Amino acid sequence: MDSNHPVLETEGLTIQFGGHVAVDHVSCQFHSGTLTSIVGPNGAGKTTYFNLISGQLPPSEGSIRLFGRDITDLPAPARTHLGMGRAFQLTNLFPALSVAENVRLAVASKAGIGYSLLGRADRRVDIYEKAVHYLEQVGLARRQQWPAAALPHGDQRKLEVAILMALEPDIFMFDEPTAGMSVDEVPVILDLIQSIKQDKNKTVLLVEHKMDVVRSLSDRIIVLHNGELVADGEPAEVIASPVVQEAYLGMAPGGQENETTPA
Amino acid sequence: MFDTILSGDYPKSKVLNTVLLAIFFGLALGPFLFDGAVAFSTITNICIFIVLVASYDILLGYTHIVSLAHTMFYGIGAYAVAIAMNSMGPSWGSMFVGVIGGVLVAAVIALLVGLLSLRVKALFFALVTLAVAVGFGILISKFYAITGGEQGLGFRPPRELGPGFKLFEERWYGFNALGWLWNLVTDPGNLGENTKQAVFDVRMSGRIVLYYVIFLTTVGLFLLMLRMMNSPFGRVLKAVRENEFRAEALGYRTVMFRTINVVIAGAIAALAGAMAAMSDPWVTPDSYLSLGVMVNILLMCVIGGMGTLYGAMVGATIFILAETYLKDFMEVAYDLTAGFFNALPEWLSWLSFIHELISPDRWYFWMGLLFVLSVYFFPAGVVGQFRAKELESQIADSEEGASRTEPA
Repeated sequence: MDSNHPVLETEGLTIQFGGHVAVDHVSCQFHSGTLTSIVGPNGAGKTTYFNLISGQLPPSEGSIRLFGRDITDLPAPARTHLGMGRAFQLTNLFPALSVAENVRLAVASKAGIGYSLLGRADRRVDIYEKAVHYLEQVGLARRQQWPAAALPHGDQRKLEVAILMALEPDIFMFDEPTAGMSVDEVPVILDLIQSIKQDKNKTVLLVEHKMDVVRSLSDRIIVLHNGELVADGEPAEVIASPVVQEAYLGMAPGGQENETTPA
Repeated sequence: MFDTILSGDYPKSKVLNTVLLAIFFGLALGPFLFDGAVAFSTITNICIFIVLVASYDILLGYTHIVSLAHTMFYGIGAYAVAIAMNSMGPSWGSMFVGVIGGVLVAAVIALLVGLLSLRVKALFFALVTLAVAVGFGILISKFYAITGGEQGLGFRPPRELGPGFKLFEERWYGFNALGWLWNLVTDPGNLGENTKQAVFDVRMSGRIVLYYVIFLTTVGLFLLMLRMMNSPFGRVLKAVRENEFRAEALGYRTVMFRTINVVIAGAIAALAGAMAAMSDPWVTPDSYLSLGVMVNILLMCVIGGMGTLYGAMVGATIFILAETYLKDFMEVAYDLTAGFFNALPEWLSWLSFIHELISPDRWYFWMGLLFVLSVYFFPAGVVGQFRAKELESQIADSEEGASRTEPA
């Protein structure tokens, strides 16, 4: 893919819930080999914007293009098969299934074997080994037999990341991947995101509240406020801009472990 | 070999292994172990209901689809065979036309029901299926020229499957093992006489042929379902059950998976209906389409344990045995205790209500109590409960192993 063409593009993307406009005509382009952070105060529409892109919500207006193709009307599973991968903010797992099975389902989806009726899932050692590979990356391999629901919160977040990695998407969408993790768990996840970023064919979208994380990882930051795109650019530039100081940082209380203090 | 046959899905508990093996061999050797017409129809029914309940478990247990139209598919299979045999004569050809026709009709109706209504929420799906099933029942009653209406439809099975056919001229012998054991305990001195009594004649008629056709079909269908539920497809069904939203996000079109599942379950239920019609060639709305049958399927599924398939074996066996023999058992108990209660002094005569409770007329009360207790003590069903225990110990082991290798 020509690096001048955006991998993903939203044009005038809008969603209204009753009278409330949650995402308001957001037009934005995302290029491969770039990590874009989406920041903004709570309720700014970040997760809703994600839901529109990955197909969990239908937009009221506007369009989404993936690799130049209009995907506005495609359902979520079809978008996943086109290379879009999404991790969720509120942990969204298969609670009664084992940790390994959670990841295995993602690998199997990528491999396209879901409709195989007469084969044996446990005989596909390749699928299972790939799942274990991704569990090792997040440090969960030794708990692969546990039901996902039995994992502590931080581990559930890691599993969420492992599932996304196992989908091997072209576009990684992380929605607050480190939320609720203890301080010593966070670096594992950040290193993983960093390593994804190294691949020039991958695109990463990251919703994150912790400003030090955003600053260290991002190539670009966009700011949403009341559903509108209010700033877009290089991290240093965006963080320093008055609109961000007022709209985002001004509203962010000390609740985010004081990490939101601007440089 | 076993691993391939069972698709690597073992019962995973010693108690369960024993129970399931007992059921399997009880059914495999049934005609030579249990004497009498009642016993014969009981083992036939257990086979048929294992298939029917297992096909329901695929929906309810593996995917949490609550369908109240399962009896409709069961009935479609039965009526298709009855109508084909009736109009085309008692030949193998018309039987196959009926079986295949029934499966196809069931699959098409299941597809329509699935596509039209699986997008809606679970409760509405249950109501839609209920409406469709009731509508189908009314159609069957009204089109009596074809279906025989409320009276039902009788037919003659192929000669080779009827009582008139002799597979072998000479008689074979069966051994009533349960009766023999009973006598061994109650009257150990009379071993020789008891053993002689326990031997009974088995006429190798077409009924035996039919029983083994049904038994082998049951085994085949059960193993097929076991395989499908342990396939990549089956794993996705579980994922849809656990978190449909997330399954979509992983790239699985959940509506497709649920629809395919409904079609498979419907087709297999139709096969169960066809077997039932062959075993008792008089098909009535009451015995195939009534809500009572639907409730029985549901109970067997829940008692045995949802989402295990083996639960269908256990549930169907317990339920049908209870349904058939609980009344007899109570009659014996009632008569045995009659002397005791009659001898009670005047001031204790109020205790006779206990005697009335075990009167055979009250068998439905005990059946109900049995279910309440089984759901109370085995909330995950018999099979589910044993498996949960096994899983717990596995996890405990894996953690121990992990902490040994990783001192931190």
